[in-house]
Amino acid sequence: MTEARSIVDAAGIEALLEALRGQGYSLIGPTVRDEAIVYDEIATLNDLPRGVGDEQEGGHYRLTRRNDEALFGYVVGPQSWKKLLHPPMLRLWSARREGDELRVEAEPEAREKFAFIGARSCELHAIAIQDRVFLGGPYVDPHYRARREDVFVVAVNCGVAGGACFCVSMDTGPKATFGFDLALTEIVAGRSFLVEAGTEAGSALVETLPHRAATKAEIEEAEAILARTAENMGRSLEAGDVRQLLARNLEHPRWDEVASRCLACTNCTMVCPTCFCASVEDTSDLAGLESARSRRWDSCFTLDFSYMHGGSVRQSVKSRYRQWMTHKLSTWRDQFGTSGCVGCGRCIVWCPVGIDITEEARAIRESDGQKGAT
Amino acid sequence: MAERHAPRLAVWKFASCDGCQLSLLDCEDELLALAQALDIAYFLEATRAPIRGTYDLSLVEGSITTPHDAERIQEVRRRSRALVTIGACATAGGIQALRNFADVREYASIVYARPDYIHTLATSTPIADHVKVDFELRGCPIDKGQLIEVISSFLAGRKPATPAHSVCLQCKLKGNVCVMVAHGTPCLGPVTHAGCGALCPSYDRGCYGCFGPMETPNAPSLSLRLATLGMDEDALRRVYRTFNAQAEAFREESERHDD
Repeated sequence: MTEARSIVDAAGIEALLEALRGQGYSLIGPTVRDEAIVYDEIATLNDLPRGVGDEQEGGHYRLTRRNDEALFGYVVGPQSWKKLLHPPMLRLWSARREGDELRVEAEPEAREKFAFIGARSCELHAIAIQDRVFLGGPYVDPHYRARREDVFVVAVNCGVAGGACFCVSMDTGPKATFGFDLALTEIVAGRSFLVEAGTEAGSALVETLPHRAATKAEIEEAEAILARTAENMGRSLEAGDVRQLLARNLEHPRWDEVASRCLACTNCTMVCPTCFCASVEDTSDLAGLESARSRRWDSCFTLDFSYMHGGSVRQSVKSRYRQWMTHKLSTWRDQFGTSGCVGCGRCIVWCPVGIDITEEARAIRESDGQKGAT
Repeated sequence: MAERHAPRLAVWKFASCDGCQLSLLDCEDELLALAQALDIAYFLEATRAPIRGTYDLSLVEGSITTPHDAERIQEVRRRSRALVTIGACATAGGIQALRNFADVREYASIVYARPDYIHTLATSTPIADHVKVDFELRGCPIDKGQLIEVISSFLAGRKPATPAHSVCLQCKLKGNVCVMVAHGTPCLGPVTHAGCGALCPSYDRGCYGCFGPMETPNAPSLSLRLATLGMDEDALRRVYRTFNAQAEAFREESERHDD
């Protein structure tokens, strides 16, 4: 593996996409659709959002026009790579009655090989978190594994910080440190990219692209860009002891206050790159000959989610919001050994009423130990 | 499998536009299977047959707006083993429940040449206000996929998969970009019951709330947001007061924005 950093230009990026496609990868990357940057199939460099920036705040997202031709001059959008590794809807099996026999067919595992173009550091952390959930325990999810094992990751180190970003607080960015085959830093907008290989496969691929060795000045420039990004985080969260803070404040009055604003609409959990919950649904046809079981994303904000015989355990929105936030920042550590939050800020931006997890944590910290009316 | 008697289906109409029961005829791909699985015993949109005996499954469209209908629904209930209401009229009173916020005699005097011929109630109310309802299918109109799901689940003796969460969840499953957050378009999705497949937001429109309130709606919080997007008190009152105006959460919220 070459330790040296290389420089490629836009033609080099185009060659990279071409080479990956030649190796049989489906290219998934950022592209503009419906006035947002989504992750979708891309064919060429022209599908990337050139010269596009974004403005992100609580409950607010707008694309902006940058005054340069940057290819990666924005941060994360409404979607994450979760939609490819843990699809929103997935049939698990189907069954058919034939005479006296019942034939059950398991859904075949996906064969598609994905190349993720432009994954950010916080997202690599999120994928690592979902890896622990789906692959780390005694019960491996075969569908996730099939989709995950061949992924080729081209990471992008963030040249800008978003209005809701707080990866620095969560120690998850803005520079990708693992989980990539190649990592790019855009050092001259749209023209010059510093490339770092993270795997042998990445390293071998760079050798096939038009590239040259990076100069010391270019490496320093990349570091300066990332340092600037780190200094400009839109949000911050004191993460060091937040696990204990929330654990000792389960009756804090702030939970009632946030419940008065929370819509229980599930948006935060849907856009969260680590939220993994799914519900299983059975269907049957009119003739009673065919049935199927499928799973789809579900959320701890729905009543059905905590339904056990006799009713739902988390009736109040307060208990649901508390469940979600304490899981992300506190009990996730008990369960999986890491934080469940990577500081991407999506839950803040895509909450229709702009509820801000960093603000909620701060509010509880500022009146640590207060008890609610009950 | 032993030969068994196909369950008898009846489709009843009360105050409504027929759109929901027509969804049944609109199930073109499933119509043959439907006719095989069920004995369609009473369905005036499709066949004229007398009311006779009892029915295993009654689909009821429409709301109760006349003294006669208030009696007739009791008869329908007596004749039905399972009674499922379909559509916003039957589950929430429909658009005609706007009368509940006004004086129906005044309306009648404006609309009819001889208002004294009109025997109508002062209110339009959902079926569940009058008789026990086994299942309510939402929507204005209902989604035909959901209707097939309800009938299939009835035949299989299982619970229908018609979740009561918000429309937002359906938008996210489809990969829609949120029209409210990304475009500033007012949208009732966060307080509205799923079922339509997030139809309007999929075409860049805000949700109109056709499926009525979701399981735990927080309309006051959403209204604060809608106000920042430019909706005044009048607009807020009207946005909740449409096909599901009488549904409790929407009614309360529209009344909060009354003068």
